[in-house]
Amino acid sequence: MSATGGRDAILGSIRRSLGRGPLDEAARAALDERLAKPQPNLVPARTDIPQDERVELFTSMAEAVFATVDRVSGADAVPGAVADYLAQHNLPPALVMAPDPALDAYPWGERPMLAIRRGRAEEADRVGVTGAVMGFAETGTLMMTSGPDHPSSLNFLPETHIVVLPAERIGGAYEEGWAHLRAEGGADADGGFMPRTVNLVTGPSRTADIEQTITLGAHGPRRLHIVIVEGDES
Amino acid sequence: MDATSRSFVANARAGLQDADLQTSLARFQGGFQVKRVEAAKRLPEFEALRDEARAIKDHTLAHLDHYLERYEEQVTAAGGTVHWCQTPEDARQVILSLCQEADARTVTKSKSMIAEEMELNPFLEEHGIEPVETDLGEYVVQLAEERPSHIIAPAVHKTKDQVADLFHEKHTPLGRTRRLDRVEELVEEAREVLRPRYLAADVGITGANFLIAETGSSTIVTNEGNGDLTQILPRAPIVIATLEKVVPTLEDATTIMRVLARSATGQEFSTYTTVSTGPRRPDDADGPEAYHVVLLDNGRSRMLGSEFREVLRCIKCGACMNHCPVYGTVGGHAYGWVYPGPVGAVLTPNLIGLEEARHLPNASSFCGRCEEVCPMRIPLPGLMRKLREQEFERRLSPAAVRSGIGVWAWLARRPALYRCLTGLGIRVLGMLGRRRGRFTRLPLAGGWTAARDLPAPEGATFHALWRKGRRA
Ligand code: SF4
Repeated sequence: MSATGGRDAILGSIRRSLGRGPLDEAARAALDERLAKPQPNLVPARTDIPQDERVELFTSMAEAVFATVDRVSGADAVPGAVADYLAQHNLPPALVMAPDPALDAYPWGERPMLAIRRGRAEEADRVGVTGAVMGFAETGTLMMTSGPDHPSSLNFLPETHIVVLPAERIGGAYEEGWAHLRAEGGADADGGFMPRTVNLVTGPSRTADIEQTITLGAHGPRRLHIVIVEGDES
Repeated sequence: MDATSRSFVANARAGLQDADLQTSLARFQGGFQVKRVEAAKRLPEFEALRDEARAIKDHTLAHLDHYLERYEEQVTAAGGTVHWCQTPEDARQVILSLCQEADARTVTKSKSMIAEEMELNPFLEEHGIEPVETDLGEYVVQLAEERPSHIIAPAVHKTKDQVADLFHEKHTPLGRTRRLDRVEELVEEAREVLRPRYLAADVGITGANFLIAETGSSTIVTNEGNGDLTQILPRAPIVIATLEKVVPTLEDATTIMRVLARSATGQEFSTYTTVSTGPRRPDDADGPEAYHVVLLDNGRSRMLGSEFREVLRCIKCGACMNHCPVYGTVGGHAYGWVYPGPVGAVLTPNLIGLEEARHLPNASSFCGRCEEVCPMRIPLPGLMRKLREQEFERRLSPAAVRSGIGVWAWLARRPALYRCLTGLGIRVLGMLGRRRGRFTRLPLAGGWTAARDLPAPEGATFHALWRKGRRA
């Protein structure tokens, strides 16, 4: 069957079921308005709290789903926090890092033992380090978007994923993420603002497929470690 | 897949006699039920969100043609392609040609009920393409050459020991000869066996929880991350989805997501929610080179115009089966096709025909729990009742049942006669049963008394009591 044949037949069948022909101009315009100016629906009140409490809520929500959270003060503390985490978990001091200018701004040179490769994840990579566009206190969720500075494979292939997140980037509800993407999309903003991949990540990979026993590291990372950086304006 | 819904009664009997199944069922329902209640309690807006979620879907369904057209325009603008398919056969042919274009030998798959509906795996195998299921439960079911028994927990019917035996048998040829007995070890082994399969796959097939008209995006929701590895790593990912998956905006999808995981597993949010739009961009460091959506109708556009439209709001969360006493007793395989439980009892007769599946809407005690927990507020018992009516009208039920119901209906339309006969009956039964207080056997009611006793009536009929005003 040709693609257009299927399309017309399906649309025709939908309209027959709805008991009408194609919508008229006015009706289409009203629906298009709804698409062009998307409005939030009911947003839970749990994140209507001051910023410092949002950071607390983000932390407790993320920990409740088996992520670990470290809060450090100042950009200078980031390389040490990453190196310490690797040492504590007996992980090799070798990592693949997103080619993200915000990450490059941290003083990695002060930790010369860390072997850092920048780029996408390969099969052998055990530790990946990335940033995140935002965090949502609502459920301890990270939002990461694909692009030259953030290959998506880093979020899934390495068994340990470390995310460096300036505290200022922690927002309340997911809707703030969509608003952010639309604003960033700028000139393209007509549906064209979406990156190829938007990952909302809440804790490390898990499964409960065998006897409802929650087990971490099903296919994605076994560990998700979030380094929240206070006083980092990047 | 060949439906065995016709043999529901025999299937159910087999399920009742399967000790491993009964062990598994006893364990799983309680856990899901408690977690759902707790998650709902933690979110004061939960009930209001259910109302909004329902309204969003109702609005979308009433304008489905427009939103699908807009959705396609946005997919195209992002560099992707939508393939409109009326039947599973159309969809299989599109998928096959996409696989052939990619020279695919293996295809990774992330759990999709639509793929089950189109019997995709046997079809791909017939054409020399190996499908590899990556969701752990679905992988177990594939190894066991079975079918999923639950829409979000496909291997819920299996015990850990059964999975251990299965892995031992199927992984031994891969050099993994030790029988494992801890859940973590089993998960780890599946991870190690599947990782190279992801990396080697040419095509990755995922379902979609939502299609977003505003942006032309598809959304998948998983806990394992298998869906993401399936759609990021291969060159050519294919998204398969049915028409009713479309919603207008990101915000609309978000509202529904808030009730999805809480209803399904009692999680606040699933681990991975991924929104994908088009193929990789020129300066992206990774990601697939193409983006295809196979958009399947398979009866949905027709259902839209029927009295079963409301079931198209379903977001496949599984809550109705997690709370169904019948599902919890006979298991998902008894239902004989892709969708078990209460939602299956409504969808299956609509999709494969009431002739094939007439038992399913009868496999309900009408306790109403499915409707109570359905995040999309689908009146499942009411829809099952409509199917029972159709079954009667279309003369699909056996003659004895039909004539019984016919006699009852004739009487019920004659209130004076009805009262007289039921009053007489109740007095006779009351007299006969006075001594023991119950009947173990009754003429014409053998089906009922085979498995339980009928208490002997102690007074007047309900109608008579009602008239006297004893309504308590
Ligand atoms: S019918 Fe309702 S409860 Fe059942 S799977 Fe669909 S959305 Fe969930």
